[in-house]
Amino acid sequence: MIANFGFGALLITFVVALYGIFAAVYGVRKNSLAWVESARASMLLTFPLLTLVALAIIALLVAGEYSVQFVYNVTSSSMPLYLRVTALWGGQSGSLVFWSWLMAAFASAVTLRKWERDREFLPWVIVVALVTLVFFLALILFFENPFGRFWQGANGQELVSVFRPAGATAITPSDGRGLNPLLRHPGMIIHPPMLYLGFVSFVIPYAFAIAALITGRSDDRWIRVTRRWTLVAWLFLSLGLVLGSRWAYDVLGWGGYWGWDPVEIAAFMPWLSGTAFLHSVMIQEKRGLFKRWNMILIIMTYSLVIFGTFLTRSGVLSSVHAFAQSAIGPMFFGFIGLTFITSLWLLLHRWNDLKAEGQLNSLLSRESLFLFNNLLFMGILIVCFWGVIFPIVSELFTGQRVTVGPPFYERATGPLFAGLLFLMGIAPLSAWGHSTYKSLGRALWKPFIFSLLVLAGVIALGVRAPFALLAFWLVAFTASITIYEYARGIAARSRRAGENIFVATWRLSGRYRRRYGGYIIHLGVILMALGIIGIEMFQDETQGMIPKNGSLTVGDYTVTYKSLAEWDTPDGRNVARAVLDVSKNGKYLGELYPRRDFYYESQQPMTIPGVRSTMEDDLYIILVDWQQFSDQAATFKVYHNPLVNWLWIGALVFIVGTMVAAWPDKDPEAEREKVPARARQREPAKA
Amino acid sequence: MENAALARPAKQNRSKFIIGGVLILAAIVYLIVSSTQANAQYFSTIAEIQQKNPASLKRELRISGAVLGDSIQYDAQNLTLTFTVVDIPADNKEIEAQGGLAAVLHAAVEDPTRARLQVVYHGVRPDLLKNEAQAIMTGKMGEDGIFYANELLLKCPTKYEEAVPEQSGG
Repeated sequence: MIANFGFGALLITFVVALYGIFAAVYGVRKNSLAWVESARASMLLTFPLLTLVALAIIALLVAGEYSVQFVYNVTSSSMPLYLRVTALWGGQSGSLVFWSWLMAAFASAVTLRKWERDREFLPWVIVVALVTLVFFLALILFFENPFGRFWQGANGQELVSVFRPAGATAITPSDGRGLNPLLRHPGMIIHPPMLYLGFVSFVIPYAFAIAALITGRSDDRWIRVTRRWTLVAWLFLSLGLVLGSRWAYDVLGWGGYWGWDPVEIAAFMPWLSGTAFLHSVMIQEKRGLFKRWNMILIIMTYSLVIFGTFLTRSGVLSSVHAFAQSAIGPMFFGFIGLTFITSLWLLLHRWNDLKAEGQLNSLLSRESLFLFNNLLFMGILIVCFWGVIFPIVSELFTGQRVTVGPPFYERATGPLFAGLLFLMGIAPLSAWGHSTYKSLGRALWKPFIFSLLVLAGVIALGVRAPFALLAFWLVAFTASITIYEYARGIAARSRRAGENIFVATWRLSGRYRRRYGGYIIHLGVILMALGIIGIEMFQDETQGMIPKNGSLTVGDYTVTYKSLAEWDTPDGRNVARAVLDVSKNGKYLGELYPRRDFYYESQQPMTIPGVRSTMEDDLYIILVDWQQFSDQAATFKVYHNPLVNWLWIGALVFIVGTMVAAWPDKDPEAEREKVPARARQREPAKA
Repeated sequence: MENAALARPAKQNRSKFIIGGVLILAAIVYLIVSSTQANAQYFSTIAEIQQKNPASLKRELRISGAVLGDSIQYDAQNLTLTFTVVDIPADNKEIEAQGGLAAVLHAAVEDPTRARLQVVYHGVRPDLLKNEAQAIMTGKMGEDGIFYANELLLKCPTKYEEAVPEQSGG
């Protein structure tokens, strides 16, 4: 019953979306406002309709309707309610529905904005958003239907179909297969929605860009309209990436947070092009440069978003995240090719309209530093893309399949990331147009001296590796510039307005959200860099079998094995849990409990590390092996991860900064922001 | 622009930009090429390794095979893992044609005529290492005809719809 209802709603959504595309195009041709309004209404309607579809699936999941194939595949009776609900994105077809539902939410939200000033964009935004949605709905309807049910055919064969095939009888399995235990983790439950939100919200700026290309409006209106959308998309994508890393660190038990897995890279690539886009649109707004480049970036980001969904969902690449192979791969490939080529064709069509309104004057100007920033982001993107496609390319040309592992990415992207970090420090100090070495030097010398002091301190602490020293110096340099700039702004305001520093900080950040939100984001990135340097360059590990009351030493830490116990839990697990005492330089710190859960139902073990986390470092212990029915000895792997906590703290700061920058404003200040910036006085001159 | 003179940069400026851009591009190309060369891993099947002279297999290899359950030995004292893998096709299409990964792994383990290879790995014993699991290994062939893996990933065709995550070691 519910399945039929959901299927019906899905079918209606598909028809409504198709109608919307048609109505929008027809409305433009006939120059009829009524048709365009009708298209707008149908786009608005897709969200409530898809909500019904998603609710129908959730109802089936919660009710445990195992006659439905999707429900059977992702849930079982032993799963608690919240996992049954979130199982919606635990399998292929459900996650496609979920993607479409989010997409429809964003598309509907767009229809509700005020369109007076950009009427001509509306029909084309509708077309782009709905074409994307129709593609996903078609995949769900024709290839990955979540409402398919099990039937026993007349000849005894098993069938999956939404409606009863002639002469078939329904089969209802008594229980489902359940969700993979590795995915039953809070990080894994919110990681996919965040990533998907990031993916789908990038569709909106793309839709506006294409609308601008089609209507031939060559100003930066599309960028101003979508600035906040882009920031929100970027925020969710960043959140998704960070949560995924945290899950890997907590659950996968290899002491790391990022493995350069192809699917990780697939989610990282749109983030890279999106970040480049966020920076380079500022140049178009302020100086009218990079118009074509911005178009290329947003088109690329859209294609990479679909490519990312394709990689995670098609099973072309074997990876931590890949679902089973399915027929939808070629469809994705076709869709990406089609949209990419169409977009590029439109861009070439408007190439001459998108002439820059000025030119780059000086290597030291803010715009040229942003250009270099873009080059570096593109460099990292190319490294990632090369790594992902290299096996295919090498097979094509040499017949030999050759792949590259994490060391390739680390080696190739390391210097590029370092370059970005450096630019992140000096670019905000440079002026638009051009700055002189003298003025830059004036702004830089204090932070530079400070960073040298930090470097001396690091050397005094015993660090000698040249790359590590360079990395620490870069972090110190960039951090002190950023903080110094922020502090100077606060001090100036505090003096001028007579406010105390807290009020001044609050008002300043509230008034120039983009600038100071940006500084906060940069600070977050610097802290994350600190964490990454710590774990990548200073990770220490040791492993071994420890007899009872014996010890293992890593860094300043000593871990002593005390005992081990095994027991069965009511939810079908066997738990083996070790108790270890941790001490540092002879001082007792507490106990850690690394454990191994064995899921009887799935015959699958899961390793849960015991972690002691401080600002300074993490001690991360994995229970590797033990003797059954005896706790005389057990084998452990112990990691010492210095500074890694700053990775997560930095991520939080980063997210706060993005929220500051994206916060909607209602004050007249914001209205001024919307006036083309070039027509007004530049921001208060800096340095 | 507010200043017409600003819009026309001097010639030497343009060449500065070109030099700067070319330098960055050259750096990126260098990084990619040199990192690729330094870290290339060559896909190979077990049958291919057996046919070639092991001495010629000096380079970093990436191979995949079906784990033979009875052969797994783990020395927890020294964290030394040894096991035998059986040749399976490397091509996804071929695997699909033979009835999917699970069927291919099962057939390989049951067939004593297939090429086999002994593997040694130092480290934590992965949770998913069991009979008829697919092992994906990176490492080098030793003079003794044993494959010394420095990275070991495992995949099991399970009852879950999604592939079980690989486990990384090494």
